[in-house]
Amino acid sequence: MENIRTKLSGIKKSTKQELITYGMVTLLFVLFQSLNNAGILSRSLSGQLVPVCVYVVAAVALNLVVGFSGELSLGHAGFLSIGAFSGAVFCKLFSGIGNDTVCLILAMVCGGIVAGIFGFLIGIPVLRLRGDYLAIVTLAFGEIIRNIVNCIYLGIDGKGRWHFAFGNTVEMEGGTTIINGPMGITGNEKISTFAVGFGLILFTLFIVFNLINSKTGRAIMAIRDNRIAAESIGLSATGFKMTAFVISAVLTGMAGTLYAMNYASVAPIKFGFNQSVLILIFVVLGGMGNIRGSIIAAIILTVLPEQLRGVGDFRMLIYALLLISMMLITQSDKGRVLMEKITANFKKILSIKKKTVKGEKAE
Amino acid sequence: MTLLTYIINGISLGSVYAIIALGYTMVYGIAKMLNFAHGDIIMVGAYISYFAATSFGMPPLVCIAVSMAACTVLGIAIERFAYRPLRNANSLAVLITAIGVSYLLQNGAQLLWTSNPKMYASLIDIPALHLFDGRLTITGSALVTVISCVIVMALLVLITKKTKVGKAMRAVSEDKEAAQLMGINVNFTISVTFAIGSALAAVAGVLLCSSYPSLYPTLGSMTGIKAFTAAVFGGIGSIPGAFVGGILLGVIEKFAEGYISTQLSNAIVFSVLIIVLLVKPAGLFGKVRREKV
Repeated sequence: MENIRTKLSGIKKSTKQELITYGMVTLLFVLFQSLNNAGILSRSLSGQLVPVCVYVVAAVALNLVVGFSGELSLGHAGFLSIGAFSGAVFCKLFSGIGNDTVCLILAMVCGGIVAGIFGFLIGIPVLRLRGDYLAIVTLAFGEIIRNIVNCIYLGIDGKGRWHFAFGNTVEMEGGTTIINGPMGITGNEKISTFAVGFGLILFTLFIVFNLINSKTGRAIMAIRDNRIAAESIGLSATGFKMTAFVISAVLTGMAGTLYAMNYASVAPIKFGFNQSVLILIFVVLGGMGNIRGSIIAAIILTVLPEQLRGVGDFRMLIYALLLISMMLITQSDKGRVLMEKITANFKKILSIKKKTVKGEKAE
Repeated sequence: MTLLTYIINGISLGSVYAIIALGYTMVYGIAKMLNFAHGDIIMVGAYISYFAATSFGMPPLVCIAVSMAACTVLGIAIERFAYRPLRNANSLAVLITAIGVSYLLQNGAQLLWTSNPKMYASLIDIPALHLFDGRLTITGSALVTVISCVIVMALLVLITKKTKVGKAMRAVSEDKEAAQLMGINVNFTISVTFAIGSALAAVAGVLLCSSYPSLYPTLGSMTGIKAFTAAVFGGIGSIPGAFVGGILLGVIEKFAEGYISTQLSNAIVFSVLIIVLLVKPAGLFGKVRREKV
């Protein structure tokens, strides 16, 4: 026992925090997986296991941009969309590869790469701007992606030739339509599983934790804290911001594939501005630059609206009110004072208990 | 003639964007926050004028006045209860709160007035202008929209440049703390800004629905985003910028719809925005503030 304790105290503080996060995620996975296997989870809850994984990954990825790189992105649903569509197309074309899990993982890699390429292309103009202007341009890109995906028609005819049309349906004899404009991709095999989702979360955490504790990560945070000072010591602000942006895009794209393959069909309309905002809400409520916070916020805020279905039409109204009041409590001056008082009182009670325990021992 | 028609339709739609963008720009310039709920105030304004006209049979001008009054109260209340406590918080927290308010208004409207679109009978009863032997028609609502947009812009410039409140607004936008030390009531000034912005949103709602007569609870979200784009386009914080940005955006949108593709019009509008921001990173009329070390 003593041995373990000395070993633990030798670990760096950041590593300890990371281990806690990994442990928390694993614990939750084991808990929900066994509950699901035992059939205790309600249908709506078990249907949400994969979306929760998607949002956790997306929130952690966005946190890399918003929290660590310090740039507001309002268009991350665009990367989700790119990942979803490229992954789903991959699955359609290569459905014969290996078993479902292998196919899904390869599709996620494909979705991640395509989203990463777009992240790089979008990053070139976006990262030249600052502050609110950068935010509005990411919003614009998100909308452009949604609009363009909405117009894509793609199919393969009976002879194996590709047909591509923009804005009007592809005309061909026989064969299959793969992407059908606003209808998106239909007839997917639902191959996403909670276990793969959990794997993706672990992969994301591994990448993000290693990045932020590396030299590159420290450079990214230095640029966030003071761009001019960082540039004056020779750090390339655009380059490091681009690294964070592209990695975030890749991870979001992989989450997008996972999302697409969880449903029988995937339509471009699902990846609008509201979706981007939803992910941003997870990041801000969880605390910018706080990975564990993002995970917890994503889980709670994905499950909560579904569980509020009982109140029917008032569901989104309650969600909105909760959102506003959570922001007011955690961020306003008065709310902070209130929280501090509560925690101080709590600590007082705890310390009194400890003292009495010690006192009893002394006697 | 089709070209002229597109231009006129574009200017008419752009005027609505401009009025909304003026509200965005004023609030951004003074409170330094992106008020994403602004678009939904348009929707509320349109609904109120709709019910004032259909349920109570009020004359058009009274309808507009009622809806402006209601939106002003709503705007002040939102600022007082949702944004003021967060005055010292970081800007993202305020942004998320604004999005929360936007959800609240949308879902509240959905509960109160259902999500079925309502047919909005135009409040503007002015005959259309027929030019060139009837080959070119300018609808009455288009005329009124453009004229009211110009009036609103002129009024706003007058208010900010000539009145005491306007002077206070400019001072607060320059430096909040210094303004407070000079005896300016910052909270009051920000409230006035929200009141003006929300009243403008009500006007925009009435004008928008008079030209495009379909009213539904999420009407404001895309319109709001586009108007916000217009404000950024012209340089956020600048009143003439919002005006020019709005009109340009409307014309570009109508041209894209007419000559390229209806489905892609939004994508084209946003692409133009990106290109403009790359050439002029602070918008057309925005001031580039150099960072001093």
